[in-house]
Amino acid sequence: MKLVLESLKKAAIPAVVAAATTLGLSAPAMAEWSPKKPVELIIMAGAGGGADQIARLLQGLIETKKLSPRPIIPINKAGGSGAEALRYIQDKKGDDHTILVTLNSFYTTPVIQKGIGVDVSNFTPIGRMAVDNFLLWVNSEMTDITDLDSYVAAVKAAGTGWKVGGTGTGQEDSILTAMMEKEFGYDVTYIPFPGGGTVAKNLVGKHIDSTVNNPAEQSEFFRAGNTKPLVQFTAERLPAYPDVPTANELGVNMEYYMQRSINGPPGMSAEAQEWYINLFEQLFNSEEWQKFCVEDGLACDTYLSGDALGQYHQDQIALHKELIESVGASAITGE
Amino acid sequence: MEEILIHLGGGLAQAMEPLNFTMIILGCMLGLLIGAMPGLGSVNGVAILLPITFLVPPTAAIIFLAAIYYGAMYGGAISSITLGIPGASTAVATVFDGRPLAQAGHADRALTAAAVASFIGGTISVVLFTLFAPPLAAFALRFGPAEEFALMLLAFATFIGLGGDDIPKTVFSILIGLVLATVGLDIISGQPRLIFGDIDGFLHGINFLVLAIGIYGIGEMLWTLETTQGKVTVHKVKMSVSQMKRNLGDVKQYIGTTSLGSVLGYFVGTLPAAGATPASLMSYGLAKTFSKDPESFGKGNIAGVAAPEAANNAASTGSMLPMITLGIPGSPTTAILLGGMIIWGLRPGPLLFTENPEFVWGLIGSLYIANLATVIINIAFIPLFVKVLTCPFTILAPIIYILCVVGGYAPTQTMHDVWLMLLFGIVGYLLRKLNYPVAPAVLAIVLGPLAERSLRQSLLSSQGELSIFVTRPISATCIVIALALVFYPVYKKFSNKRAADMPAASG
Repeated sequence: MKLVLESLKKAAIPAVVAAATTLGLSAPAMAEWSPKKPVELIIMAGAGGGADQIARLLQGLIETKKLSPRPIIPINKAGGSGAEALRYIQDKKGDDHTILVTLNSFYTTPVIQKGIGVDVSNFTPIGRMAVDNFLLWVNSEMTDITDLDSYVAAVKAAGTGWKVGGTGTGQEDSILTAMMEKEFGYDVTYIPFPGGGTVAKNLVGKHIDSTVNNPAEQSEFFRAGNTKPLVQFTAERLPAYPDVPTANELGVNMEYYMQRSINGPPGMSAEAQEWYINLFEQLFNSEEWQKFCVEDGLACDTYLSGDALGQYHQDQIALHKELIESVGASAITGE
Repeated sequence: MEEILIHLGGGLAQAMEPLNFTMIILGCMLGLLIGAMPGLGSVNGVAILLPITFLVPPTAAIIFLAAIYYGAMYGGAISSITLGIPGASTAVATVFDGRPLAQAGHADRALTAAAVASFIGGTISVVLFTLFAPPLAAFALRFGPAEEFALMLLAFATFIGLGGDDIPKTVFSILIGLVLATVGLDIISGQPRLIFGDIDGFLHGINFLVLAIGIYGIGEMLWTLETTQGKVTVHKVKMSVSQMKRNLGDVKQYIGTTSLGSVLGYFVGTLPAAGATPASLMSYGLAKTFSKDPESFGKGNIAGVAAPEAANNAASTGSMLPMITLGIPGSPTTAILLGGMIIWGLRPGPLLFTENPEFVWGLIGSLYIANLATVIINIAFIPLFVKVLTCPFTILAPIIYILCVVGGYAPTQTMHDVWLMLLFGIVGYLLRKLNYPVAPAVLAIVLGPLAERSLRQSLLSSQGELSIFVTRPISATCIVIALALVFYPVYKKFSNKRAADMPAASG
């Protein structure tokens, strides 16, 4: 053990010296990097959805806490299940003033829509802010449906007449829907909407039969008694929904999560990346953010940043490729 | 009822508190300025000023932002009328008749009508909001994709069924707009469409302001340069108290259609994803359809200025309804307001009315005050705004040109859109020379994506059965009205022709 430490020290000394010299030269420049103009915070989904709410909350916190010398401007680019946003970021190569807040279409859209020519593994990872959860929701007026079994029975009886609403085709809602179709052996009609908020509204208005909304998108309707959750696709029951069983408890091996992370365009400068990593770490640890996570049923235990987040992205890309292959891209896109 | 009045009284008292009242006045003035600047609409304004609101309590903050929103709706009309450049997307329809009026030397009349109509729209909508918020929210919930599509059809029908215009040319113009609306990524499958090989700039679609600013800003400039041959033209605008009185008296000419447009605007505003721009265009179409003199629309009819202005203010109030009761923004601007509410620790949703009554009623109260404040500020400044028109056109033209370029660049910040805007300007000028109406194309590019999405969602949910549009009562009603609007002018034309042919045949 000691030996290891010794050799580490030996190796470390020149490295530290070298680093110090470079630091000495560039330290002022590094310390001084901060946005020189307004920063675009691109949201790859429509207004009112989960990603949008998060982006606007983060923007607000940055402003109230005066963490950035220049304003952060959230911009929605929802087109094509996030393809528009991904392409936009890819084309901003080397730009230090554009960042992206993601959902899982960050992984799936480039796989399903090869035509857009985006490779997200080249993007600059900044920080993972939260992991979001999924629940299965129906309108409270569906009194016949009380649990997963009665739900599956109802869907099977309705066949393709059963309408599941969700966000864009190829996004997480459609993947989870395809996973359920495969697991229970039924076929539903999937209808894409521009954002989670609109999906929720259409469930309350009974234009669709069920959704796999995130907790944040349904919590107010749930509190008002308009909708009810049947099952959660998590490892443990969420504190906000103690009475709703997880799929695992019911003997169905199905878990699915969605990361909410911040990423920069390919080739963002290391100084800028560092500045954003620190910025979002401060936000992550803030009381307001942690409170938001609890209220909205998000998991915010560990802040992954930089290379660790890059590795996490790699794993998730592999997982999603596998998922898409197993259910078939056509089951997701409905083509 | 009594309960509502008590709440409203409380809200009004809250809005009159010194801090809140200052916020209203400040917000209205900033909004006017933001709305009047091409390329800087209420969305940007509210987004830029959102952080300032963290310094004051939530009620004062939302009042401030709502006042900006309101002010911007008034302000958008100013550059639409005086310069012919839509100040914001919500004010595009105001250009249709506002600009011709200004060119004929009646800018003061147009501006007064815009202000008065905005006031009417704002007042009607806020009264509707006060009295019927919960039932209207419930009604908005009944609007699924099929109903949305039927409503869009109705909007197109009001434009086709316009008595005066050449129907084939109108349809042609709508189709051009629809084709332009499909450019970009497909909304359902995400595949790129009509991007001309692989031109990046087309991926985000064709921004509607790029088309509108091109056609109206650049196209008009070319047209005016041609017709005046560079002669120095100075519009004499006299402002006097008696003139002002006469302008206010114009209200008799448009009160009817304006009230109707306000109700329509409010309702369209409550539908998620629609917002004030479609509302203003639909209201314009409605005013023209019901007008005794539809031929004069587009050539300087005062009701053509009033209708869209009333609707865009009404819609801005309307879009707050789903924001407060459902937590869903009815327009891009309310999406930002919604974000603000979340940051202030409020949870918009069905329970906000009961859990945070002071906040909701404070906001409603402030809308009444903001409405009154903006109309007074606006009318007071009209003499100043019309001064712009006393500039010779040789000086105005370069200013208009620069504002157009800025306005075209601002929404997406790509040069691609600036070139596109210049191209649209030239095309718009040629279309005008050939006597094609361009307003329907503008309408189509706004409503096209909404109509396409709702059509495809409806057909997905009905498994391809078209009957979904006629078996649902709201949607069927809209479609019947739409068909009537399209066929009535056709019928009238033929019956007139027969009447005209008859004596000739007998003689």
